[in-house]
Amino acid sequence: MLKFLVYRVATIVPVLFGVSVVVFLMMKLIPGDPAEAILGPAATTEKIEMVRKSLGLDQPFYVQYVRWLWKVVQGDFGTSIAVNVPVAQLVWPKFWNTVLLTAGSLVICIVIGLGVGIVSGTRQYSWFDRISMSLTLIVANTPAFWLGLILMVVLALYLGWFPATGMYSMRASQKTFGDLIHHMVLPAITTASVSAAIIARLVRSSFLDVIRKHYITALRAKGLSERDIILRHGMKNALPPIINIVGLQVGYLMGGALFTEVVFSWPGIGLQIYSSIVARDLPVVQAAVLVTTFVFVLVNLGTDVVVAALDPRIRRA
Amino acid sequence: MSVVNLPLKEEPVDGRALPLDAAEAQMFRRPSEWRIFWEAFSRDRLAVGAAVLIGLVCLASLLAPVLSPYDPTVGDNSQRLAPIGTPGHLLGLDGQGRDILSRLVWGGQVSLIIALLPVTVASVISVVLGLVAGFFGGKVDMIIMRTLDVFFAFPAVLLAVAIAGVLGPGMLNVMLSITIVLIPYISRVAYMATVTVKSELFVDQARVSGARPSQILFHHILPNTLSPVIVYGSTLVGILIVLGAGLSFLGLGITPPRPDWGIMCSDGRNFLSVAPHVSAVPGIMLILVAMSFNIVGDGLRDALDPKLRK
Amino acid sequence: MSDALLEVDDLHTHFHLKNKTVRAVNGVSFAIKRGEIVGIAGESGAGKSVACLSILRLVPSPGRIERGRILFSGEDLLTKSERQMRDLRGQTVSMVFEDPLNSLDPAYTVGSLIGEALILHKGLSKRAARTKAGELLRLVGIPDPERRLDNYAHELSGGMQQRVMIAIALSCDPALLIADNPTTALDVTIQIQILDLVKQLRDRLGMGVLWITHDLGVVAKLCDRVVIMYAGEVMEQGRVYDVLKHPRHPYTRRLIDALPKLGRPDQRLMPIEGRPPDPANLPGGCPFAPRCHRARPECEAGDVPLVETGDGRAVRCLFPEA
Repeated sequence: MLKFLVYRVATIVPVLFGVSVVVFLMMKLIPGDPAEAILGPAATTEKIEMVRKSLGLDQPFYVQYVRWLWKVVQGDFGTSIAVNVPVAQLVWPKFWNTVLLTAGSLVICIVIGLGVGIVSGTRQYSWFDRISMSLTLIVANTPAFWLGLILMVVLALYLGWFPATGMYSMRASQKTFGDLIHHMVLPAITTASVSAAIIARLVRSSFLDVIRKHYITALRAKGLSERDIILRHGMKNALPPIINIVGLQVGYLMGGALFTEVVFSWPGIGLQIYSSIVARDLPVVQAAVLVTTFVFVLVNLGTDVVVAALDPRIRRA
Repeated sequence: MSVVNLPLKEEPVDGRALPLDAAEAQMFRRPSEWRIFWEAFSRDRLAVGAAVLIGLVCLASLLAPVLSPYDPTVGDNSQRLAPIGTPGHLLGLDGQGRDILSRLVWGGQVSLIIALLPVTVASVISVVLGLVAGFFGGKVDMIIMRTLDVFFAFPAVLLAVAIAGVLGPGMLNVMLSITIVLIPYISRVAYMATVTVKSELFVDQARVSGARPSQILFHHILPNTLSPVIVYGSTLVGILIVLGAGLSFLGLGITPPRPDWGIMCSDGRNFLSVAPHVSAVPGIMLILVAMSFNIVGDGLRDALDPKLRK
Repeated sequence: MSDALLEVDDLHTHFHLKNKTVRAVNGVSFAIKRGEIVGIAGESGAGKSVACLSILRLVPSPGRIERGRILFSGEDLLTKSERQMRDLRGQTVSMVFEDPLNSLDPAYTVGSLIGEALILHKGLSKRAARTKAGELLRLVGIPDPERRLDNYAHELSGGMQQRVMIAIALSCDPALLIADNPTTALDVTIQIQILDLVKQLRDRLGMGVLWITHDLGVVAKLCDRVVIMYAGEVMEQGRVYDVLKHPRHPYTRRLIDALPKLGRPDQRLMPIEGRPPDPANLPGGCPFAPRCHRARPECEAGDVPLVETGDGRAVRCLFPEA
């Protein structure tokens, strides 16, 4: 197990490097010269050259990359063009807000996905199964931003049960946990919806697969109760592919949270990316993508490790 | 026709195979691959229905100039936000007085192309990458797949938004961004298929009988790689219908006043409490079309899987 | 019949599908005495496996036991509750399956799989169960049992996997061991080892054994008595020596003739023409009649009864061979 762990950790190092290269190059894709963008159309050639030099843009690419990477590793992501504060200051608090939202969404995802999936999987062809499979098909194909708008219309604007935007009440003097949850419900449901539907379908098919296996009959022949069989043996075998997908869904959740944050004005990193793109404030975009991707890579590493812990056949590879 | 009912023949001692007579030849002829596929697919009524719906939507969008009752970019300010069922405007009007049905029909063009074109282009590139990496193996394999692994590390939606944002607005940029994001995923499917087929015995067989590598590649490996890519691709189109609309919703896609279903949703945001249909209608369209592609993808997979065919 | 361990009486098990009913078992009766090894032989699809699953009431839906009695030590298992059956399974009556690799949960070690029954039925602690599991592995002839306890099924060879299955089946000292074709997937040499092992275990532990196979060679080597099944019915049964040396039913005769025999290089192999009937569309009368060279019109006219001819011998045929 330890060998596997070391091996997996070793493989993500080059990947993380590659990610940083891609993010760096992405910024180089921007049409137009950054110095010109800063100075405006009226700048003279000398001024442009000066700014370019100060930004280090006259150096060859690899030098720029190493310089940039060195700063990033120290936590310095540069300065925001739009708001003239260090990018890190802008990005980190928003990042944690997104983590909160993602965590809430993940909980909903797992509970509903697992619950619906297991019940459907162990009761194939029942009315529950048919209805849930139709519903999940529809939800899996529903745009998150649209669902968010609909939920907002019905549950917030029309019925008034939940707030329509934001993370906390503007009027509240103190930020209570209950207030946070109240604001999180609609965005979390929106973000979780597609993933929950996908997970439910997956759990179901994974369970159907496992229930048919011969060793399940052999376990019944041993005298184990259905409940024991499902909980101890069914789960352990059905779980690995599910966990894999849940891990991937975290990536989707972090990306898809973007749409939810825009719709509900949730002050997370997705909304930050969006407004920075609109404002052409690209250092912020760069930093946000980098941070989010790093976390995504680490989460995937985590799920790989958990899966290997559960399924001994994987460890050998 | 049971084999045991055939009259037994005397086998020559040296084991040489006898030429088949006409009756036996008839027994061994198989229908073509297309026939088998078509019969299997058409048995899945849901998939056929979904395919028909897609066909109709595509047709309607293609014929938008003819079918659309009004100009989608011109608004009638006196009837802004008219609800569904207003005489003359089946699906109502949006915030600028533009007919929603017309915008829906015209919007289909953009929404469909944003999904179909990148998938097609990415598939072609990916098949080439996957084939090359899988077939030649070794260093080539490592370089290609490791590079793609880096792109896999990014959450797909995030990467698409970031690239589209960096490149700037415009339909071409959106499609370019989506294509870039898709290539690693489709390449992996093509790669795995190639590697699997390559290790199958019949490829060794072909090699032993002296077939040239290019023959093996095109005759055996390519067809077996194409089917998983096609199945995966059709599911991707469904996902992209939604993602493309999402990018447009964020304002990263086409520029107004050209409509597409994503922008239509975004347009309705300010009127949610008074006229929710402006955002709701295009969303329903998105769901229907995305679902249909999803169902067709499942149907294709079942029809192409030799194990599931009877 | 006081020393009858298991008595199956007129068992009917059918599968109710959407548009047809598959009649897998149609009136099967046989008995096993304590310490006896009884083989059930027949072609694939004859209903052997379904009959055995019926004994433990493990027939998967849409299958259902329609009729009959299954007397175990005098009590009808078909009247027992599910809880009582669970008590019985793995403890008093246990089962070994055909494909050992796929019949062992890949997520658990061999040791924990063996111990599971012990913990469940005998209430042993984990440590005690592990010790007993090691003894069981030794009993079934696996070398270096302590190490093997921590292996997973996929790390063992086919023969060892099957021995593990037998160890699991024996863990709670069952009175009856049911084995569904456990050696078909194995090499012949391993197969013989397993058969010897089962015989030894029967001699030592005195349990009854019900062994399903389609290989009469296995029957000859292992079993005391044999039941020949075809299309869900018993065609012939009796002591192995009697049935194989002097088969009465034409089907038994054809089965024996179909076996290649050593020392006869010039013999022609004689398969049985035709195919077994579709269990969803069984004809009336004797199911073997369409393929039988001794058949006459009376054979397909009505049900043919199973006639006992003394000495534990029974034949279901209107025109048996002498």
